[in-house]
Amino acid sequence: MTGTSRTGRPEVAPSPEAGAPPAIELRGISKAFGKVQANKNISIRVMPGTIHGIIGENGAGKSTLMSILYGFYRADAGEIWIDGTRTDIPDSQAAIRAGIGMVFQHFKLVENFTVLENVVLGAEDGMLLRPSLAKARRILKQLSEEYELNVDPDAKIEDIGVGAQQRVEILKALYRNARILILDEPTGVLTPSEADHLFRILDGLRREGKTIILITHKLREIMEATDTVSVMRRGEMTATVKTSETSPEQLAELMVGRKVLLRVEKSPARPGPVVLEVRDLRVTDEKGVERLKGVSLDVRAGEILGIAGVAGNGQSELLDVLGGIMPATGTVRMNGEEIDLTGRRSDGQTRRAQGICHVPEDRQRRGLIMQFTAWENVAFGYQRDPGYNRGPLMDNDALRRDTEGKMQRFDVRPANCWLEARSFSGGNQQKIVLAREIERNPDLLLVGQPTRGVDIGAIEFIHQQIVNLRDAGKAILLVSVELDEILGLSDRVAVMFDGRIMGERDASATDERELGLLMAGMSGEGSPGPVDGAPGRGPLEQPA
Amino acid sequence: MDVAAILPLLDSTLRLATPLLLACLAGLFSERSGIFDIGLEGKMLISAFFSAATAAITGSVWLGLMAGVAGALAFSLIHGLASITFRGNQLISGVAINFLASGLTVLIAQDWFSSGGRTPALAGPARFSAIDLPFADALRDVPVLGPIYHDLVSGHTILVYVALLAVPVTWYVLFRTRYGLRLRAVGENPAAVDTAGISVTGLRYSAVLICGLLTGLAGAYLATGLNAGFGREMTAGRGYIALAALIFAKWRPWYALMATLLFGLLEAVAIRYQTVDLLGVTIPGPFMQALPYILTVVILAGFVGRAIPPRAGGAPYVKER
Repeated sequence: MTGTSRTGRPEVAPSPEAGAPPAIELRGISKAFGKVQANKNISIRVMPGTIHGIIGENGAGKSTLMSILYGFYRADAGEIWIDGTRTDIPDSQAAIRAGIGMVFQHFKLVENFTVLENVVLGAEDGMLLRPSLAKARRILKQLSEEYELNVDPDAKIEDIGVGAQQRVEILKALYRNARILILDEPTGVLTPSEADHLFRILDGLRREGKTIILITHKLREIMEATDTVSVMRRGEMTATVKTSETSPEQLAELMVGRKVLLRVEKSPARPGPVVLEVRDLRVTDEKGVERLKGVSLDVRAGEILGIAGVAGNGQSELLDVLGGIMPATGTVRMNGEEIDLTGRRSDGQTRRAQGICHVPEDRQRRGLIMQFTAWENVAFGYQRDPGYNRGPLMDNDALRRDTEGKMQRFDVRPANCWLEARSFSGGNQQKIVLAREIERNPDLLLVGQPTRGVDIGAIEFIHQQIVNLRDAGKAILLVSVELDEILGLSDRVAVMFDGRIMGERDASATDERELGLLMAGMSGEGSPGPVDGAPGRGPLEQPA
Repeated sequence: MDVAAILPLLDSTLRLATPLLLACLAGLFSERSGIFDIGLEGKMLISAFFSAATAAITGSVWLGLMAGVAGALAFSLIHGLASITFRGNQLISGVAINFLASGLTVLIAQDWFSSGGRTPALAGPARFSAIDLPFADALRDVPVLGPIYHDLVSGHTILVYVALLAVPVTWYVLFRTRYGLRLRAVGENPAAVDTAGISVTGLRYSAVLICGLLTGLAGAYLATGLNAGFGREMTAGRGYIALAALIFAKWRPWYALMATLLFGLLEAVAIRYQTVDLLGVTIPGPFMQALPYILTVVILAGFVGRAIPPRAGGAPYVKER
């Protein structure tokens, strides 16, 4: 691609229907990584002064497309037009020059630098730092007053909350005079009130004439925040529609290519006796930080207890303790029998014998061994079962036969037990883990982030399996950072903040707003007033 | 130990600390950019050899210095190529450089000079000579300050002053300039630098080359300033001691000066006092000579506080998809 046409004068895009040219126009962008065609002949127009959503499942090619726009990759074919001028973007520097700013899903900040230093990095005015920093301080003050982008310029990144870190990323872009702002999954790590704050900022930016591209997989955000939405599926742009003229159901169908149930179909729970009883659970990590500060909860047979909270508030530790991976103090009773939390009988194998199965949060690191085949992965935890052993040897044929059956029942595609775990998509990997754990017929299933990185079609299936297990009279403890998932799937919801349970609600009698307050560490009983001042200093740690 | 003995001791401390200081600052630049460098030793050695050999052949210490620096720069480029361009393992590359330097120097020395892997002894203009600072003699008789100025501050070779000057310069570059900000950033989070539109590769190569320049100076000083010629393995682990000093100094220039002076002092004491009587107990000489190395082990084992290295150190930068 070249910046000018062969005739030497800059090309100008033919004016669209009305007035100003699109802020961004992509024409026929294609990009392949080896055999994988990540983007296929993508064309899109983003009008200035609008918020344009791009939605699609994992691996649909959204991030690749934006990386091309930000100069991280070069397209194999196609043209980029910015403000009606054909523009070549070979690297990030060129993207910045063209007025494009990007807020990545994982922030690109230097942790032990101050906010000011991070903003200035790469946009210094001269060899010496002092004048640059002074100028940045002045401009930052203006920007933060203009757009509610309040952060302390002298605070170190590692000392401020995730919401504030994201504001620093936006400030970085604005400091470089970005007119076009791309945000990649911006709300993944935010509490609902922080997300509201973010959308107010974006709205303010739009009113100032900035163009915003919002990449997300959350239909609700698209419906609430955007003017126009483009849908991507398998590397192709399947549709671009006005947000006001579409519905979540239609978007989901465009994303997946078939009709999808967005709400989980389930009948009211019929809770039985208490299966899991947790009292005053405490965990201190190796750095001496208390991660669980006296957690107590009950889970009954035939019900799903959802644990909501921003990542890093103790949910992972709770799962690890119950799953037998992490020692703790306190009391845990399973079917009335106390289980060992520290000693020799505190391990995954013993827990499984006691009827507790665990679908870990990070399936790629803890749920599966990525280089092992599907049947080897399914064998974990069953290696001592008499049915799979012949004397001192393992009965691999039996294992493989059973794995094929499990894969069919859980709709794993392709249902080939010889494939390595890493060659399956995220959703199919999760189905393999679920099949292994659910078919063990546990009394209690621990599930962490069941649908993280899983596409919508598979989400529907996974949710249904969890509900079926509940209807079979089993107890389920669900941990998820997705509030929609918690609200849709759970019968009761407990909110964790800073290692404590902030409150418990009936799922049918609460809403995002109430849970959001609890997630931000405000007890629900207190002031239901404005949430703007909600402290962003919730998480003990950031999600990796 | 009387006062008269202290000045010569400090004087030799300064001279012995100079190669350590230069190597330590060299490591500081490299590691601040995220490139771990255990090849300081090898680069000093190759520079020591080429500076001594060139000085011996041409009779000019300045040509020797240039040859030494060129040798160290070439080895730096090898390390850069391996660890930046080809994203190899930085420790393995460093070890390889040390082995290569160790073997290569002796082999070439034997081939060129046929004297057991040594270069001929250097003298006159083939060595760095001491510089007398202005008024050193005139002020000699001023009480206290006079002798300090004359005996301690004055009368060193140019590279000693260069090394001392490199400390504030490094500090200034690191904390007061654009380059320093970027250098520190690339060692902490190269992705932040990359998305800001700055070349991670370029920054890291620049740091590795500065490292080469400084180790080149260190090696040349060793062979043509501190000693009069090259001898096999003459760096004697100084590259590792400089690394220990770097950790001790928590990757900060002024602390690096303090740390290398401490190692220099230990070395000076070991040379000057073969045996030491301390409270009636005679400490044997070999123990004194081993002191700097013992301290190195203690520091590397992490007994001296918590030192947090640059976060992206040791890891090649790969753009994420």
